[in-house]
Amino acid sequence: MAAKPRVKVPKSVAAGDVITIKSLISHKMESGQRKDGDGNPIPRDIINHFAAAFDGEEFFSVDIDPAVSANPYLEFSVRVDEAGTFTFTWTDDAGEVITHEQDIALKS
Amino acid sequence: MHPSTNLGRRRLLGTAAAAATAAFFGTSGRVFAAMEDVDKAIADFGGGAEAADGTITLTTPEIAENGNSVPVAFSVESPMTEESHVESVMILAADNPSAGVATFHFTPRSGEAKASTRMRLARTQDVVAVAKMSDGSLHRASANVKVTIGGCGG
Amino acid sequence: MNRFPLSVSAVAGALVALTSLAVLAEPADDTLLIDGEIEMTTRTESVEGHPLPEVISGWHYRTEDTRVLEQDTFDNPGMLGVEAGEEIWNTVDGTMGKSCASCHDDASESMAGVGASYPKWDAANGKPTNIEQRINHCRVENMGAEPYAFDKGGQKPLTAYVKHQSLGQPLALDLSEGDMQTWRDKGEELYYRRTGQLDLSCATCHEKYNGKNIRADHLSQGNVNGFPTYRLKQSDLVSLHNRFRGCIRDTRAEMPAAFSDELMALEVYTTWRSQGLSIETPAVRQ
Repeated sequence: MAAKPRVKVPKSVAAGDVITIKSLISHKMESGQRKDGDGNPIPRDIINHFAAAFDGEEFFSVDIDPAVSANPYLEFSVRVDEAGTFTFTWTDDAGEVITHEQDIALKS
Repeated sequence: MHPSTNLGRRRLLGTAAAAATAAFFGTSGRVFAAMEDVDKAIADFGGGAEAADGTITLTTPEIAENGNSVPVAFSVESPMTEESHVESVMILAADNPSAGVATFHFTPRSGEAKASTRMRLARTQDVVAVAKMSDGSLHRASANVKVTIGGCGG
Repeated sequence: MNRFPLSVSAVAGALVALTSLAVLAEPADDTLLIDGEIEMTTRTESVEGHPLPEVISGWHYRTEDTRVLEQDTFDNPGMLGVEAGEEIWNTVDGTMGKSCASCHDDASESMAGVGASYPKWDAANGKPTNIEQRINHCRVENMGAEPYAFDKGGQKPLTAYVKHQSLGQPLALDLSEGDMQTWRDKGEELYYRRTGQLDLSCATCHEKYNGKNIRADHLSQGNVNGFPTYRLKQSDLVSLHNRFRGCIRDTRAEMPAAFSDELMALEVYTTWRSQGLSIETPAVRQ
């Protein structure tokens, strides 16, 4: 997977705040419905799963179908009680995983 | 809200598949999903429970500027506590070649059961969102999205 | 250029006219402020001699959902291409062991304003040149690298990255250099020339009928300040010459080759028309 992820997480929050996280990753999301110039079906090749964890504990995930647009965008919420590290993972049909980590601090 | 430019579009719309997205989803002759597939998917998802309207709000544009990238968002009323929270939300497109769009899984740490993404719609159709709660109850909302043929077909 | 019987052009004209009767849709009343800080000029007085009193960015002709994507450089999917371009900028390529950065350092400084001043006159070749061609020239002459084929390899992301360094700056064309004026005039002639089975010129849609709908598409003025543009339809960056060719193909005319004299003249002329608008690269459009 030559995909590149971008994730937007606030740098710091007040304990107990519910924040919004945005993620975008470049990927063709080949649906498997298209045909090439010779009429042969182009095989499906998508990111089929996304998961978000905080300090190793998964709190949110998405099972993704080919109907999700290319360069899949996901926006979701999380309640932050303490400083820690987010881990985001994208898995494709071949089972390859891309991982991105981001720290978050508490406002002092 | 800004004034929309929908009037002319409404008159021009048919249910014909948008040329570009039809090319993406395959040539004519392909069987598209229909409401039966949606009902079956909901039955599998909710274990046969009856889906009540409401509690979940689905937000989609009335007219998709392009069927290849249609914003879809939802929000479910829930305290998101251990005792009472949203477990999953499934999004379906009733008239796509395959109805499934995405299924979102939440935990109390999610804070709010809301999310958004962008989806492909092959043609004008209903989009359905179904929420499954921790107590097993199901809630649903649906919206019709018009998918248009643009320009000179290019 | 095929000339079909009058009846076909009449039908084509009627088609556009019919759809135009259905709606007179104004460009959206909205302001483009990127990331809450970069003020963009998306409506401005046109240059002297321009057939329209005001130039308006294509951004105003899109639905709110599409316009919103360009307001935030995180939400803008075109930025994925710009980031890919940044990576290419810093990657060594070719026999001379150089990257773009080796000579041009930090693009945010060396390329600031550059994207807003092209196409420029290329004295060595006696014709105008654009960013894509400049990149290829540098690759061959200064890096010992292969030139990019049209729309292939790093051409789109790198062009988007370079032009993005001029985000917000007004497009400006210098007609005093070399024969730029002649090329602008040639481009003008092509802009108004009706071609193809549908017998349409650029001006038919973008000057005469902008603001009206062709089928469900809200016609813009066809300005070029946002290219390479992220088009929802392709879910990818689309280059200016690709768009030229696409539009011409859709009138069912033969398409000139990318970077041909015809399309370079058209690029000079459409840039002339778009002057004053902020560079929006990567713009988000349908």
